[in-house]
Amino acid sequence: MSSDYEFSDDEEYNEYDDYDDEEPMDVEDGSASSEEVDIGMDEVDDDDIKVGSEGKKTYEVDYAPLTHQQVKDLMVTDIEYISTIFGVDSYVAALLLRHLDWNKDRLTEKYMDNASSISIAAGVSPVPKPSYPVSDRSKRVTRSSKSSKRLGQSSSSEPFLCPICFDDTTTDTLALSCGHTFCTACWTIYTVSKIRDEGEHRILCMAENCGVVALDPFVYKVLSEDEDAAARYDELLVRNYVACNKNLKYCPFPSCDRSVSCPAASSRSALFTIVPTVSCGADPKHKFCFGCSIDGDHRPVLCAIAKMWLKKCRDDSETANWIKSNTKECSKCQSTIEKNGGCNHMTCKKCKYEFCWVCMGPWAEHGTAWYSCNRYDDQSGVEARDAQSRSRASLERYLHYYNRWANHEQSAKLSVELYMKTEKKMEEMQLTTDLTWIEVQFMKKAVDVVENCRTTLKWTYAMAYYLQNGNQKAMFEDNQRDLERAVEDLSELLEQPIESECIPVLRQKVTDKSVYVQKRNEILLEDTAKGYIEERWKWNDVVVDTL
Amino acid sequence: MSVVYSRRLKKELHEIQIEQADPAKRAAGIQLLQAEDLKTWYFSLEVLGESLYKNEIFHLMVRFDTEYPFKSPAVQFVVSDKVKPPVHPHVYTNGHICASILGDDWSPTLSVMAICITIQSMLASCKKKELPEGNDDYVRTAPDNPKKTRFIYHDDTV
Repeated sequence: MSSDYEFSDDEEYNEYDDYDDEEPMDVEDGSASSEEVDIGMDEVDDDDIKVGSEGKKTYEVDYAPLTHQQVKDLMVTDIEYISTIFGVDSYVAALLLRHLDWNKDRLTEKYMDNASSISIAAGVSPVPKPSYPVSDRSKRVTRSSKSSKRLGQSSSSEPFLCPICFDDTTTDTLALSCGHTFCTACWTIYTVSKIRDEGEHRILCMAENCGVVALDPFVYKVLSEDEDAAARYDELLVRNYVACNKNLKYCPFPSCDRSVSCPAASSRSALFTIVPTVSCGADPKHKFCFGCSIDGDHRPVLCAIAKMWLKKCRDDSETANWIKSNTKECSKCQSTIEKNGGCNHMTCKKCKYEFCWVCMGPWAEHGTAWYSCNRYDDQSGVEARDAQSRSRASLERYLHYYNRWANHEQSAKLSVELYMKTEKKMEEMQLTTDLTWIEVQFMKKAVDVVENCRTTLKWTYAMAYYLQNGNQKAMFEDNQRDLERAVEDLSELLEQPIESECIPVLRQKVTDKSVYVQKRNEILLEDTAKGYIEERWKWNDVVVDTL
Repeated sequence: MSVVYSRRLKKELHEIQIEQADPAKRAAGIQLLQAEDLKTWYFSLEVLGESLYKNEIFHLMVRFDTEYPFKSPAVQFVVSDKVKPPVHPHVYTNGHICASILGDDWSPTLSVMAICITIQSMLASCKKKELPEGNDDYVRTAPDNPKKTRFIYHDDTV
């Protein structure tokens, strides 16, 4: 049984390789429920196509899923690099890197140019004190003289009074390199609120107008009793790193902390030739596009075109188009009127205004027996009709593709139900025949195949809508038709009631059909992916104008 | 946290009351009108000397939550039959004020008095009485509490 439609094989699933093993569900990963393992199984029981291997398909993209820890390791590598060449502490290197959005080259250049100014800008070292207060600043913070008097740096003879909470009993105080001293309790409350409420990883000194940023050990120290906040800080740092790195992207699924590295899709121009569908590896469902924010897999359609299509479906441009092509407004009461037959002598149902459909003027001026408007010359009348029929044709064309797109989307939504139904059937099969649970997995696998291919099919309609008519489009639509037929056949097989005597036949049929459907899906994806590279696809004017 | 909040506000209130009683220490033109609890305080504000707001008296409402002083208080001008907010490019007609000190530039070491003085000097340095750009749109959709608005501070001149 071969199924290589899935490329997102994660190593941890490879232990379930042996399909007919007695104990295939050797769940090692505690986070994977047994159901997820079931899904995982059909991704591995084949001549494994590992990302980057020779058998890589054109429609696949090289990428590597990364855990939280792996991203942190990358971060440390960058920090160590800077730390070594600048000869600074690694925490200082981290602040400098964060300040310049992890751009090592720019940082090196700026640091070599003027190390102290970049250190001040990054909040590593305090602004050197001017001998006189800067005049334009004092306008906004009048009283600075008063508050700075209250601020830290109290002489050692007086007991310390925290300028924030006015607690004079505490001796537990902390200060950053700027020397502004506050009690540790205030530092903790402040840091937690910055991290938790504002999602800010840059913890500035609490003193007004002080630009010094806390180094990591300081932050972890004040958070020593709040593990949640420390973990959140950790995550904010990683997220900041990922956000700054074009080759990385955070998994968009809620509460997933993994990332994906995909250098092949990091540039905008790459997205005109590839559709970088990736998976973070935490769960087979965590599949997303590296190039855009559309949910799930939108192959074979390019990001920009998929976005264009979704926008078209969402906004009411087509509603407006329908209104434009089918209605006019009563020139007296502005009611929208659709003319669905009859002559040009219109009577508004609402205000009883009588008018001519062609010129929209009052009917009374048309005399008594004129049933064709003679106010317009022939030419403009013909043009008006042409314009209307053109917009009507364009609407029909859109609806053709939209209906099919929506149909597959709807079916994909119903797949949850189909899953449950199939599970029941599988149990039934187990009871009525001597097949094991593993052996009835072919049903579930087929449901996966159908769902997957329906997603492809859905997007092929968006693609076809934007393709220019011609041989290439005809070939694309042939592939689409073949896939669609195959999917519908398989779908039908799955919906059939099960009779125990023909289960072996059904099993054979479903298995064969699943393989065939996958092949068709692959052919289609492969052909489109190659087409992008060969620049074979010719787009409509709409696309050409937009891209 | 509420220990810090109440101790700090009581201390600030105490200091303000001492200052108010002593004309030598008092910040000219700023007067505490009402501070019955640690939630809402009212001040009257007047710009003394030559300015566009000569002889005008405004009322400031300062609202605290228990995160004070780690978060800035909500500060706005009172709008009522008796008092109106100043006409100023950073003050909306509903009394909301766009000042970086009330948002991004807030520091826990600043105080209520520091805010009053900053706002007073913001008025004193105003060169032209005009409403903020987009005032009507903002006022129509503004939340009750100005802290819920994300202001963008782009004008450092006034």
